[in-house]
Amino acid sequence: MNFTINVWRQSGPEAKGRIETYPVSGISDHMSFLEMIDVLNEQLINQDIEPVVFDHDCREGICGSCSMFINGEAHGPGRSITTCQLHMREFKDGETITIEPFRAKAFPIIKDLMVDRSSLDRIIQSGGFVSVNTAGKQPDANAIPIEKADADAAFDAATCIGCGACVATCKNASAMLFVGAKVSQFALLPQGKIEAEDRVLNMVNQMDLEGFGNCTNTGACEVECPKGISLETIARMNREFLSASLSSK
Amino acid sequence: MLDSKIPKGALADKWTDYKSSVPLVSPANKRAIEIIVIGTGLAGSSAAASLAELGYKVKAFCFQDSPRRAHSIAAQGGINAAKNYQNDGDSVHRLFYDTIKGGDYRSREANVHRLAECSTDIIDQCVAQGVPFAREYGGLLDNRSFGGVQVSRTFYAKGQTGQQLLLGAYSALSRQVAKGNVTMHTRHEMVELVKVDGKARGIIARDLVSGELERHSGHAVLLCTGGYSNVFFLSTNAMMSNVTAAWKAHRKGAYMANPCFTQIHPTCIPVSGESQSKLTLMSESLRNDGRIWVPKHKKDAEAIRSGKLKATDLKEADRDYYLERRYPAFGNLVPRDVASRAAKERCDEGYGVNATGQAVYLDFAAAFMRYGQEEANVKGINNPSQDELRSMGEKVIENKYGNLFQMYEKITADNPYQTPMMIFPAVHYTMGGMWVDYDLMTTVPGLFALGEANFSDHGANRLGASALMQGLADGYFVIPYTIGNFLSQDIRTGAIATDSPEFVEAEQVARDRMEAFLNNKGTQSVDSFHKALGKIMWAKCGMARNAEDLKSAAAEIRELRDSFYKNVRVTGTMNSMNPELDKAGRVADFMELGELMCMDALAREESCGGHFRTEYQSEDGEALRQDDSMTFVSAWEFKGNDPGKATLHKEDLAFESVELKTRSYK
Repeated sequence: MNFTINVWRQSGPEAKGRIETYPVSGISDHMSFLEMIDVLNEQLINQDIEPVVFDHDCREGICGSCSMFINGEAHGPGRSITTCQLHMREFKDGETITIEPFRAKAFPIIKDLMVDRSSLDRIIQSGGFVSVNTAGKQPDANAIPIEKADADAAFDAATCIGCGACVATCKNASAMLFVGAKVSQFALLPQGKIEAEDRVLNMVNQMDLEGFGNCTNTGACEVECPKGISLETIARMNREFLSASLSSK
Repeated sequence: MLDSKIPKGALADKWTDYKSSVPLVSPANKRAIEIIVIGTGLAGSSAAASLAELGYKVKAFCFQDSPRRAHSIAAQGGINAAKNYQNDGDSVHRLFYDTIKGGDYRSREANVHRLAECSTDIIDQCVAQGVPFAREYGGLLDNRSFGGVQVSRTFYAKGQTGQQLLLGAYSALSRQVAKGNVTMHTRHEMVELVKVDGKARGIIARDLVSGELERHSGHAVLLCTGGYSNVFFLSTNAMMSNVTAAWKAHRKGAYMANPCFTQIHPTCIPVSGESQSKLTLMSESLRNDGRIWVPKHKKDAEAIRSGKLKATDLKEADRDYYLERRYPAFGNLVPRDVASRAAKERCDEGYGVNATGQAVYLDFAAAFMRYGQEEANVKGINNPSQDELRSMGEKVIENKYGNLFQMYEKITADNPYQTPMMIFPAVHYTMGGMWVDYDLMTTVPGLFALGEANFSDHGANRLGASALMQGLADGYFVIPYTIGNFLSQDIRTGAIATDSPEFVEAEQVARDRMEAFLNNKGTQSVDSFHKALGKIMWAKCGMARNAEDLKSAAAEIRELRDSFYKNVRVTGTMNSMNPELDKAGRVADFMELGELMCMDALAREESCGGHFRTEYQSEDGEALRQDDSMTFVSAWEFKGNDPGKATLHKEDLAFESVELKTRSYK
């Protein structure tokens, strides 16, 4: 298969970026999208051109590194996948493919397709944890039975990979789905209830400080989320936030 | 020379006695001591968080954009712990014994026993952090089985256990970052170790965004940098997983132990083409419910390979469930090394499936029906149809392994609910690593190695669901104690200056090396050399090895290395983000490691665990250990700026609690 690739090139955070067009050939339909970029980069190196910089690591959809906006969609066409799980069989031979970085005020571009998502780390640092120290004498793990439905729902929320597709997709560049997922995981578990009020207030506050936008209930984030994190997590976060705000403390 | 510093006393008392007598560092003194942690996977994150909680000043480094992305995140199946919640006869001793036996009697008893002791605390710790493990309807934790054991001691969170455990450790780390007790350096790579007065006192790191070289000092350095499977180019490791930090330490005096002990995982998605960049694991937990088979007759295998026949066309009698046939006691749940070799044997004999002939089936049809019947019983459905049973069974399997089935379908475009999965062994984990003593300290004072980066717990073969256990045991429960043994002598040292000649020289060495790459007028990409190295390693130092191949492989690697330095092309500049330059440095180190692995495999004149020397096998193809001459750890010392001149030191392994037996899973 052969493709025409339009890709965003930007040499650094302050530099002006532009779309460059490269042909790429000899692609098999078994290849993953990132393997196609590997082939493109090999071509560029052979022409002594700097290869396209992009974040990637595990290439099996779990580390959350890859972050491309492909033909106008976060992680490209297809649902419940990251860019590294996208395969070339999803494209037509001869197609033109446009690749841009995740764009958001809180995700400044570092180079080409690579963006800085450390804002998400700072949100977790503001309260995305249970305050327990390492100790050899925690209560026995079976001392607190947890209803299976709650444990499963907490797990589903906890599967967020922190890729930022929700932010990149949202017209307001909101991180509500990301924050909602973490708040929900802990709100559903007895271990998380103790600090629930401070957690939601601090995380929402940090989200605002980082320059993420607000939620206007469009739901695009849920559609593009590679892990299928549900909008219900945002609703739960809003409930938690409201009750924490009204609490007399 | 090699002192493993194993405490005296009965095996089961060593760790308890050690903890109550190890020197401590007072809280006031801890505040003046800095610890550098390289890598933020399970071992690194848990160590950094725990040491910071104790009061040490921690500087943590990772090359990813966030500590949450370390490759521990990709571990699927589970984590072992001797909780005996299932009342099926488990105990600390049994976990210890299974691990020693699974490792084919090439690991250190005292370390493994400590690991088994810590295992139960890990589960308690993680649950306290809010890690959402799978639970039963009664609200208690669920377990499943893994290879090489006959109990159910594996805790899990669907097929994303590593992710959930790492996010737990990452949350603990994040809490310490917020408090200012950990300074987190993301997108930073360690490129040199700095020794002052013979002790590890700092590192040179490259800021991968600005390209600048930075000096960072500390009173101790912890390498939590994972394994080196990517020396094979194709492995289940993440693309950037590398040996560079460990190799720089090796070049500065840290011994590499058993580098040839590589785990080839039996259940991975087969290679599909030349441009393949990595291999994807299908969790071992699938072997709880999946049955592995190939056609019984060669003509059927040929028909399947040419697309004339489908797996589902073959009758039960025409299938060879070769693991159940060869190993009736453990069946599909034999250890990884045994399962991998058995798959290779069938494919080599011409029974392989897939267009390449390099694949076997992993079939869930029987499990669908079995679980379907169970559901029908629970729901009181009488006389259900076969289709109903199958569909109910598929739901149960989806609940257990849904994300794995989905992952398989995304990659292969085959629906594993309708047709058996096709799988083949792939490089997955390295049991070998930095030699460490009981304190987890390497042969360089002040330099420690944790998790997969060290060699200590898994011998010649790691059992499934034990890597997560070891990473977290080392980080949460071992290093917080053992580091005191070294740091208690450092309470008067004061801050380590970074303007000493040692730092200046180390930085210059790193700079010269990088500039040489950029100024090289070569024509070939870094990846092309990495792939060539991988091919040599897989062909000659992979699943089966022999003396002749290993000698020629070492020679080929030396030639390839020469060609690499002459012909590699590295684009871009020094003072900017430049992933090609970073990759060149990593591949250069893999090129040296590869040669050492071949030397180590050559020196180990026996078959044990994942190391299979064709010269040492029984008539029915089982591995033959040579306990009289080979019951030792090989620890290699780097000499004379040439990996080929490394000298071998031996740590004899004494087995006091376990009798050395031929491993049998029959």
